[in-house]
Amino acid sequence: MSISKETVDYVANLARIQLNEQELERLSRQLQGILDFIDKLREIDISDIAPTSHILEIKNILRDDTPGESLPAEKALANAPSKNGRFFTVPKVIE
Amino acid sequence: MNYEVVIGLEVHVQLKTKTKSFCGCSTEFGSEPNSQVCPVCLGFPGSLPVLNRSFLDYAVKVALALNCKVQEYTKFDRKNYFYPDLPKDYQISQYDLPLSREGFLDIEIDGRHKRIGITRVHMEEDAGKLIHQQGVSLVDYNRTGMPLLEIVSEPEISSPLEAYEYLNNLKSIIKYLDVSDCDMEKGSLRCDANVSIRKIGEKALGTKAELKNMNSFKAVKDALSYEIERQAQVLDSGGKVVQETLLWDEKQMKTFSMRSKEGAKDYRYFPEPDLPPFIISADRIGEIKKNIPELPQEKKMRFMKEYGLSEVYAQILTCDKEDAGYAEECFKAFADKDKKPVANWLIGALSAIASSHNRGISEEKLSPENLIDLIVLVEKKQIISNLVGKSVLEEMVNTGKSAEAIIGEKNLAQISDSSFLENLADEVIKENARSVQDYKSGKANAIMFLVGQLMKKSKGKANPKLAQEILKRRLENV
Ligand SMILES: [Zn+2]
Repeated sequence: MSISKETVDYVANLARIQLNEQELERLSRQLQGILDFIDKLREIDISDIAPTSHILEIKNILRDDTPGESLPAEKALANAPSKNGRFFTVPKVIE
Repeated sequence: MNYEVVIGLEVHVQLKTKTKSFCGCSTEFGSEPNSQVCPVCLGFPGSLPVLNRSFLDYAVKVALALNCKVQEYTKFDRKNYFYPDLPKDYQISQYDLPLSREGFLDIEIDGRHKRIGITRVHMEEDAGKLIHQQGVSLVDYNRTGMPLLEIVSEPEISSPLEAYEYLNNLKSIIKYLDVSDCDMEKGSLRCDANVSIRKIGEKALGTKAELKNMNSFKAVKDALSYEIERQAQVLDSGGKVVQETLLWDEKQMKTFSMRSKEGAKDYRYFPEPDLPPFIISADRIGEIKKNIPELPQEKKMRFMKEYGLSEVYAQILTCDKEDAGYAEECFKAFADKDKKPVANWLIGALSAIASSHNRGISEEKLSPENLIDLIVLVEKKQIISNLVGKSVLEEMVNTGKSAEAIIGEKNLAQISDSSFLENLADEVIKENARSVQDYKSGKANAIMFLVGQLMKKSKGKANPKLAQEILKRRLENV
């Protein structure tokens, strides 16, 4: 599988990363290397193996519906880059 | 030109568990901003989600009530997107192995029955709330991580009215299960709609628009009607419908394009590694099934069969579980086999009073026995007229007193004393020579005027039927 520069740019955009021309070039090459390596895995016959959705042999881990402690607002907001009273604030997201 | 309408609805229902989906934060409504948050629901690094048992049980309950096949093996997935109401930058949702699939819900319009397919019911977590101000958006994460069900219908709804009925029935079923308030104003039920039109007979679906921002079932109906008309005009004038998301503006009764800055949606779903898969055994499903009460549809059929109600009446009385329970107690307290008089009072006078108080009939301070006593006094013993009965009912609801007590206190009982009524009749005949003349010369209507005069003399308390009989008898001798 080969990856185009456009695809790398698209993925970068989804991840909200801005890349310049050299970075795009370099990352495309590196990603190609990773994909080539993953292509090796395709050589293995997996027709008898069910897809794995979790790596551990565990299931049905549930907790009871009993309220626990929440954080006090000061603590919850302590690391917020910007806040207003009890609110987190962000640049306005709609017009 | 004539078009066929194709509508699919996507409903989100917030479940009323005590705690959030994956952490112990309370789900109480209306608390101080960011007072119900913790490292898990704020997405702090190193925190791990653990599924709430009640969330899974409630979800299975709803899926079963909607006739879905609950999947034996289900898992969660991450839906990735950036928005400030989503602190983890992904929503824990379900993708390729949802909780359940292939259900249905029945609706009825003007005696016509239709079955609407339900594609899937899956579990996911809610996002936070944004409050937009000048130049800044405030974020409250109290709602983040609240348990939601997404209920997706097949595109089998063919009119705004069908969509409206689908929503009413869905809400009714979920409220019967007692797992959600389904209150659109509070946001515990939200609905998006996909709508497209195509020429009648055409196989391929038309281009669809997605409608958002409807705040009531009526708004869903109005927005769909508007959008169908708009798409028809576009096609009639030779244009093409564009696939887009539209927002309903309730004040202007119009849809507006959302003109999103984001490109096409690309959520890059992948399995949520922090949650293990869930295996729901047939035994567990059986246990949950046992706790599902009689649902509105079954109750409706039973009311029709047991109490001889019409489908319309049975539908009205079974829409709300508590109201249906109240109605049933009333039917049982009424000795006659024919329960129609009771249904009439419940749907007529009592519903009018209750809805003026913004309540259901079961929430009024009126015992079924007291209501039946009143109905017997009006309909069977004819102690008071229907009209007086209605005002007595209002007083019963306001004061909690019995019908007899109010009729006694206010001296409202109809006068059925013949000799007293004969005296009044004679007076009326004496004072209204012209109407008597009219009656004698064959104008049958004149009797009504004379009855009216008699009623007036009795201050509305004469038994009208008896009064008419006596008047007719006395007039023969004039
Ligand atoms: Zn939490």
